[in-house]
Amino acid sequence: MAECGASGGGSSGDGLDKSITLPPDEIFRNLENAKRFAIDIGGSLTKLAYYSTVQHKVARVRSFDHAGQDAERDRESPYEISVQEEVTPRLHFIKFENSYIEACLDFVRDHLVNTETKVIHATGGGAYKFKDLIEQKLGLRVAKEDVMTCLIKGCNFVLKNIPHEAFAYQKDADPEFRFQTNHPHIFPYLLVNIGSGVSIVKVETEDRFEWIGGSSIGGGTFWGLGALLTRTQKFDELLHLAARGQHANVDMLVQDIYGGAHQTLGLSGNLIASSFGKSATTDQEFFPEDMAKSLLHMISNDIGQLACFYARLHGLDRVYFGGFFIRGHPVTMRTITYSISFFSKGEVQALFLRHEGYLGAIGAFLKGAEQDNPDQYSWGENYAGSSGLMSSAPELGPAQGTLKGGTFDLLEMDRLERPLVSLPLLLDPASYVPDTVDLTDDALARKYWLGCFEDALDGVVKRAVASQPGAADAAERAEKFRHKYWDKLQTLRLQPFAYGTLTVRSLLDTREHCLNEFNFPDPYSQVKQKENGVALRCFRQVVQALDALAWEERQLALVRGLLAGNVFDWGAKAVSDVLESDPQFGFEEAKRKLEERPWLVDSYDTWLQRLKGPPHKCALIFADNSGVDVILGVFPFVRELLSRGTEVILACNSGPALNDVTYGESLLVAEHIAAMDPVIHSALGEERLLLMQTGSSSPCLDLSRLDERLAVLVQERGADLVVIEGMGRAVHTNYGAALRCESLKLAVLKNPWLATRLGGRLFSVIFKFEAPAQ
Amino acid sequence: MGTGRLRASMERPGRAAAPSAPSTGEPAPEEPDGRGQEPLRRRANSTSVSAAGTSAEGARRDRPSSYSSAAAASRQRLESLRKKRPLFPWFGLDIGGTLVKLVYFEPKDITAEEEEAEVESLKSIRKYLTSNVAYGSTGIRDVHLELKDLTLCGRKGNLHFIRFPTHDMPAFIQMGRDKNFSSLHTVFCATGGGAYKFEQDFLTIGDLQLRKLDELDCLINGILYIDSVGFNGRSQCYYFENPADPESQKLPFDLKNPYPLLLVNIGSGVSILAVYSKNNYKRVTGTSLGGGTFFGLCCLLTGCTTFEEALDMASRGDSTKVDKLVRDIYGGDYERFGLPGWTVASSFGNMMSKEKREAASKEDLARATLITITNNIGSIARMCALNENINQVVFVGNFLRINTIAMRLLAYALDYWSKGQLKALFSEHEGYFGAVGALLELLKIP
Repeated sequence: MAECGASGGGSSGDGLDKSITLPPDEIFRNLENAKRFAIDIGGSLTKLAYYSTVQHKVARVRSFDHAGQDAERDRESPYEISVQEEVTPRLHFIKFENSYIEACLDFVRDHLVNTETKVIHATGGGAYKFKDLIEQKLGLRVAKEDVMTCLIKGCNFVLKNIPHEAFAYQKDADPEFRFQTNHPHIFPYLLVNIGSGVSIVKVETEDRFEWIGGSSIGGGTFWGLGALLTRTQKFDELLHLAARGQHANVDMLVQDIYGGAHQTLGLSGNLIASSFGKSATTDQEFFPEDMAKSLLHMISNDIGQLACFYARLHGLDRVYFGGFFIRGHPVTMRTITYSISFFSKGEVQALFLRHEGYLGAIGAFLKGAEQDNPDQYSWGENYAGSSGLMSSAPELGPAQGTLKGGTFDLLEMDRLERPLVSLPLLLDPASYVPDTVDLTDDALARKYWLGCFEDALDGVVKRAVASQPGAADAAERAEKFRHKYWDKLQTLRLQPFAYGTLTVRSLLDTREHCLNEFNFPDPYSQVKQKENGVALRCFRQVVQALDALAWEERQLALVRGLLAGNVFDWGAKAVSDVLESDPQFGFEEAKRKLEERPWLVDSYDTWLQRLKGPPHKCALIFADNSGVDVILGVFPFVRELLSRGTEVILACNSGPALNDVTYGESLLVAEHIAAMDPVIHSALGEERLLLMQTGSSSPCLDLSRLDERLAVLVQERGADLVVIEGMGRAVHTNYGAALRCESLKLAVLKNPWLATRLGGRLFSVIFKFEAPAQ
Repeated sequence: MGTGRLRASMERPGRAAAPSAPSTGEPAPEEPDGRGQEPLRRRANSTSVSAAGTSAEGARRDRPSSYSSAAAASRQRLESLRKKRPLFPWFGLDIGGTLVKLVYFEPKDITAEEEEAEVESLKSIRKYLTSNVAYGSTGIRDVHLELKDLTLCGRKGNLHFIRFPTHDMPAFIQMGRDKNFSSLHTVFCATGGGAYKFEQDFLTIGDLQLRKLDELDCLINGILYIDSVGFNGRSQCYYFENPADPESQKLPFDLKNPYPLLLVNIGSGVSILAVYSKNNYKRVTGTSLGGGTFFGLCCLLTGCTTFEEALDMASRGDSTKVDKLVRDIYGGDYERFGLPGWTVASSFGNMMSKEKREAASKEDLARATLITITNNIGSIARMCALNENINQVVFVGNFLRINTIAMRLLAYALDYWSKGQLKALFSEHEGYFGAVGALLELLKIP
């Protein structure tokens, strides 16, 4: 059955709490631009959703007006930077206890500016109960939406847009959450919603789903029967009781009937033969804990058995569980997981969702926002504005967003500029995992990297302030950024699984999100501008030197150039130290720093052999840093490929991250190079060299979330070589990525800890050339 | 046989006769880290039965020399061997989780010569069992089930059906010792979990060698046999003609084409078997939510002490005060999913509310417990029938004893949710088939 937790049951006596004070810039953010409201009121929690826009500063680069007179400045900088205001759509979801609903609605009304909004889309059992209150408080008409339709819509949305949304739960494992790689095709799947009853829904496409079965034995049975048996009124308290109980005191086990295991049927002695079978007596008192545990097993097993039946009957192996019975409760996730594995003999794995509690609200919102076509965009979880998954282990209690008197949980999703898809060259998109090291798994690495990011925070704050010399409030915002990011790091120390699998990538991305949140869109813009200027002035000389070399020598020099360019990376602390102290640190010196061959990972000889063969049809290159790296490392390499008759797609980040070259910068840099170099010039003109954007703003690279247009082009041009450059893209991520074509992954290890771990030392070289994966 | 002693030893006041059947319920996981294997599929295996038979027979042959039994016993044994039938008394025993089921064949064609030769203890057993309808405070003979003028192995007689709670097994074994059962050189054919659990007690206390029999084989053989002999001229199998009608008539059903058949045995727990022929069946699944759950929860919720009392309360209760129905949530049918308003959305769902908890009577709670367990069994049975592509479902087991509410609900639920595709069948001797099957095994002994 559908969730109908808002029976008015356990929560009706709680009363409404009006005394709560809400800090506006922390909970209901961006209300002034809010429109399109939706609300999902369950048995104990309310989820409010709205669409808003966020005004951000963004750094834009553009060519100087050629009529400009300032020749002096022109030599210093190849282009100009302007900071502009940009408006990006954002979805806000806030989850809070039903008892605060009145206070929250008042708050929303007081801060709501937009008067166009007339309707609030409502779902959940409580939508009916609170209808009048909502209409009276907000002055919006309540439009009721079907509970299950909303749930499915929400589920599709999170599965499509949030990497690591789904996880398997493993009791006693560290971490207990095992996140799943998002499958490129999310359909078909089974959603088992355990509200007060159980609904089993088969979802076949975006719009087609079918109720295939259900059961009346669900969360309401646990709660209702549990309350009768134990005199414990609250659902959470019942779970606490169950966590401490011994069900064998109440249940009749196989060994109680057989005296041991059942040999011929192969039944272990401690399996339950009859739930509550021992309580059929008046001679004995039973402990509430034991009864609660027995009840929990009875219900979880029953649901698991039913879910397996349906999964088998419909040939589905992806089964997601949701509903208030599950909602992050380790106790129920554990028993359901066990039951599913038991009844399916391990063939079906129970999966849970990080944002399970928000599905209804997301769905109701999407129903109401159909004219904005939210389904046609890709959305990304904003780590700065989202609370993340909290372990609600009974002993821990809710940990996040606790204000005086209330607990709030937030989810914010940014609309991405463009739809994201998988790189068509991935061998198996379904099993592709971008990240090399899972920090949730690897405690040692986690400890190091969290410390590393904490240590680097001062420098980032300093740089952020320095990047906005004209802004009076820069220092204040930078401090806010520091606090925000520091808090995130501390949260991640305690709950590494808060945003899915913890990785170096997620730590970097979280930092970028936090910087953006406080209007530091591109702290490296001037640094990059300056470096690009310096590097462009060296370009002609570097290319001439390369051209003077014999073919074989030139190939090695090109590779060394790529690697040397990669030493210039403000993201790595060891390098930023050198650069800060010695701005004259040059390309040549970088080359001298490089490890001599044989490198730590060295398949250069194979690469050279390959170059002696027929040219590649088309190379896809993911560039890394601005300045020396892209101009003196990547472009000469591109030039050589072009000369061999290979087409080149140069893919750069859509948005800024550290000193990585952005797409916008790459266009200007290419323009300058084309002016100096006929090879590049003609290749651009003839579209043999194409500059594209990745769709990403991360220092790392997720090949399963790339700009759709890039993916299409890669297919059209028949790319048969992928070059991935830099530590973030080729080591932290994609080091083990299997591609259907040849690939070249190269980087200089600029982190001593990582270098040691990989068996090398600082500035060790990774040069990994691979044949198409089988 | 000192009936007074038996009565005394079996008296355990305040104990309940609970429903059971020779089945263990679904091996539901105990602890999530328990490594249970679920034996979903299993073929009947006649070799295991005959192997067990061989060893038991060997034991039987060894017996006589070690006991100072009279020459009469030896004569009787010779005669029995000549006629290829086992020695009297003929018992079949099924020791379940809650109830022990005992079937006893009372020969009515005893010749004067036989009667004279009959040892005293054998005679007293016969007299004791057939002249009483209750044994101690907990043993009961279901007189209405007695099968009269049955011919078994060439002997004519009546088949008696007796049950007592499993917790009185020690008293039963003690009685066997006191009455020197072992001197009768009879073989005790027993099935059910207790055949394993009490095997050692039978041997050490009662000096009785149990012949343990596969409970699923016994169940199926018992059903097929009892169906074939009918019920004193009436049909054994029946169904409800129009399950939607609460007044619907119980009508005889001719199980002339029994296969394939889904057999749902509801004892303390539930086992579900798909039967394709007498020797070809598999255990499909089971559930731990069975008769023991109904009665156990009723005891906790209402303080009742007997199964009869629990059912009586249930018959007077109203489950809709306890359960949350679809119409309680949607005001009517939930059309999006084609769910009628009367469907239970959440069993005990109304009990989340304190006010409603206070308003519910014990009778309402008993009724809701019965409805919850019954509906769940119906739903699992329906899924199995669908998966196995079988459309006749026979429900047996002592949960159904005097339990018309559950039977009608099963009949209705199966009919409604399968849109008339599935038929629920029931059998008069609902809980005794395992014991009958055990008796039949005894008669196979040459």
